[in-house]
Amino acid sequence: MSSTLAGWLQALALAGALALCYRPLGDYIAHLLTSARHLRVEKGLYKVVGVDGDADQRWPVYLRSVLAFSALSILFLYGLIRLQTHLLLSLGIPEMAPHQAWNTAVSFTTNTNWQSYSGESAMGHLVQMAGLAVQNFVSAAVGIAVVAALIRGFTRNRTDRVGNFWVDLTRIVLRLLLPLSIVFALVLVANGVIQNFHGFHDLATLGGDTQSIPGGPVASQEVIKELGTNGGGFFNANSAHPFENPNGFTNWLEIFLLLVISFSLPRTFGKMVGDHRQGYAIVAVMALFWVASAALITFSEHQHAGTAMQAAGGAMEGKEQRFGIAASSLFAASTTLTSTGAVNSFHDSYSAFGGGITIFNMMLGEIAPGGTGSGLYGMLILAIVAVFVAGLMVGRTPEYLGKKLGGREMKFASLYILTTPALVLIGTGVAMALPGERAGMLNSGAHGFSEVLYAFTSASNNNGSAFAGITVNTPWYDTALGLCMVFGRFLPMVFVLALAGSLAQQQPVPASAGTLPTHKPLFVGLLSGVVLIVVGLTYFPALALGPIAEGLH
Amino acid sequence: MPTILRTHLTALRMLLVMTVILGVAYPLLVTGISQVAFADKANGSIVKADGKEVGSGLLGQNYNLPKKDPNNADEQAQPDPKFFQPRFSTGSYDPKASGASNLGPNDEKLTRTIQDRRAAIAAFDGVDPASVPVDAVTASGSGLDPHISVAYAKEQVNRVAKARGLSTDTLNRLIDKYTEGRSLGFLGQDGVNVVLLNKAISEQQ
Repeated sequence: MSSTLAGWLQALALAGALALCYRPLGDYIAHLLTSARHLRVEKGLYKVVGVDGDADQRWPVYLRSVLAFSALSILFLYGLIRLQTHLLLSLGIPEMAPHQAWNTAVSFTTNTNWQSYSGESAMGHLVQMAGLAVQNFVSAAVGIAVVAALIRGFTRNRTDRVGNFWVDLTRIVLRLLLPLSIVFALVLVANGVIQNFHGFHDLATLGGDTQSIPGGPVASQEVIKELGTNGGGFFNANSAHPFENPNGFTNWLEIFLLLVISFSLPRTFGKMVGDHRQGYAIVAVMALFWVASAALITFSEHQHAGTAMQAAGGAMEGKEQRFGIAASSLFAASTTLTSTGAVNSFHDSYSAFGGGITIFNMMLGEIAPGGTGSGLYGMLILAIVAVFVAGLMVGRTPEYLGKKLGGREMKFASLYILTTPALVLIGTGVAMALPGERAGMLNSGAHGFSEVLYAFTSASNNNGSAFAGITVNTPWYDTALGLCMVFGRFLPMVFVLALAGSLAQQQPVPASAGTLPTHKPLFVGLLSGVVLIVVGLTYFPALALGPIAEGLH
Repeated sequence: MPTILRTHLTALRMLLVMTVILGVAYPLLVTGISQVAFADKANGSIVKADGKEVGSGLLGQNYNLPKKDPNNADEQAQPDPKFFQPRFSTGSYDPKASGASNLGPNDEKLTRTIQDRRAAIAAFDGVDPASVPVDAVTASGSGLDPHISVAYAKEQVNRVAKARGLSTDTLNRLIDKYTEGRSLGFLGQDGVNVVLLNKAISEQQ
């Protein structure tokens, strides 16, 4: 089989598998977010934790619960990392500096999984599984919980209640993430991903070398790293490492896992608002960007423009033989369009345009399909902006799903849209203005600028991948990128939950002849246009200095 | 108790419960099942020769000649002609230093490095520089890539055959045997597993 055909087939198989899961998984998530019944184990858990599972919260209380849980997660993880030399299974790893521990704790709590450390030399097994992997689960669940509250804002009327965070969190973890993780972790192990508690194990090779074979509970972390759109690798090489991603099938499965929840959530949305067509419109926009992005990156990598790539005769620097260009490009598009940030090949060595598209994908706000939960709420905010723009054209107050989008709602939506660009552009600008921070670049010229732009785009959008040549384990970068991750994660959540509260209080307005239908192809086109224009106008100058300048050079 | 404190106490209890379930019970369960059902794979797909562990079938290795002066840290390692050579590795196939070069597509240093590699491989294998395939002159993403392309394996056959006194037919047969096709026929890319190939060749003699 030719590699072109194989490349098409694996993308088609992926699209087919995601389409098959759309209805059952989306409906199942809607069910677990709306069901009035608690499982027995959940009732026991609520008793231990001390929450009333039947009491819904007002939006400020919901928000306070999200923030309290996340703040304690950061503190707990920070403590665990700093104390790991005294803990079990620490493998004799040296103590981590405070700035790097802060960066790592924030990174995993915010679903970013930016890693300024190398897994194999900086993390013991206990911190990996009881610290980092736990956040992989709960940070993903927090994202889904927040979008659930937003959807309830649309579905509920004249109430100040948007759901119970503790119940949402518990159900998403116990009924969705944990069972899927157990099943697919075992599938990964059956294909060669390791799962043990050994340390490094030295052996003499046939070539006369000594090689240290690593150990660790990798599969159990690998699966939730993808499923929860986290992306933090057990090893430095992330999903390029043969022990994380041993063959073409595990690679395909990992791409599937990192997309499946986010691509199914529009169905959950459609089901909860009582109109599946609304979900189809949203997922159509997501799919459009995903297909276009994957195709463009694959095309650009096959063109392999650039002096080094021309000298080599292809774009295989930083890519694995067992994946090749097509499966690497598909992974790159999917990981940057979600908030995953896992990599099976190194984006820094991608062609100027291929690498540029990975940056652009994150700049879209990670909405196609985006992180678990965060992708859908990001897209719904843009849908609100699209409805608003359409309303301006005809001069009437816009409404979406029967809820009026007045000044208050539009303020929250606008603040949401402004948050990440402000963090990205200010952060990049400051880093470029400081000589010490500029020196962190590995590559020179436009490509070096792209490394800095990538870092701030990735951190502020909670992606976590990198143009990894840049040296970021410095107090300045660890602190600055940590702040970008915190603000990039929690400020948008504040605005989303405030919006949810504001929508839930309204009395629905009946659809009239002047209502813009939000399930038709016209709206899909309008929303896609809004996404492109908002992002394009915001980031074009920055992109022009980096990947575009390099690509046209 | 003030509300804000109560919320944080709830959060703390929730975090601890989650840590016990997801951070302890879950990995123990998965490890337990894996060690029973897939012990070989869960422990790193270790390969043995003469009963001795010689590597993992998933992690590439170096095949270099012994250094002329073991105390000279600056001495460049020379490839051993008796072995099929793997791809270049930024971390020199040390699993404690996995990772990539991260050099950009227009990087001058990378361009020069690739040109040098092409010339060196062509001279080493006695072939035309233009016929050296792309995977041979580029470094992998993990630095532990166990595979090379079939083209690169075929390109090395004459050199290995000469160094070992084996027929090229034998080597070509072994290359076919250790070529791992795409998963399910269409996922990923095919490649020759260098670790398994070199082990099989060593066992021929």
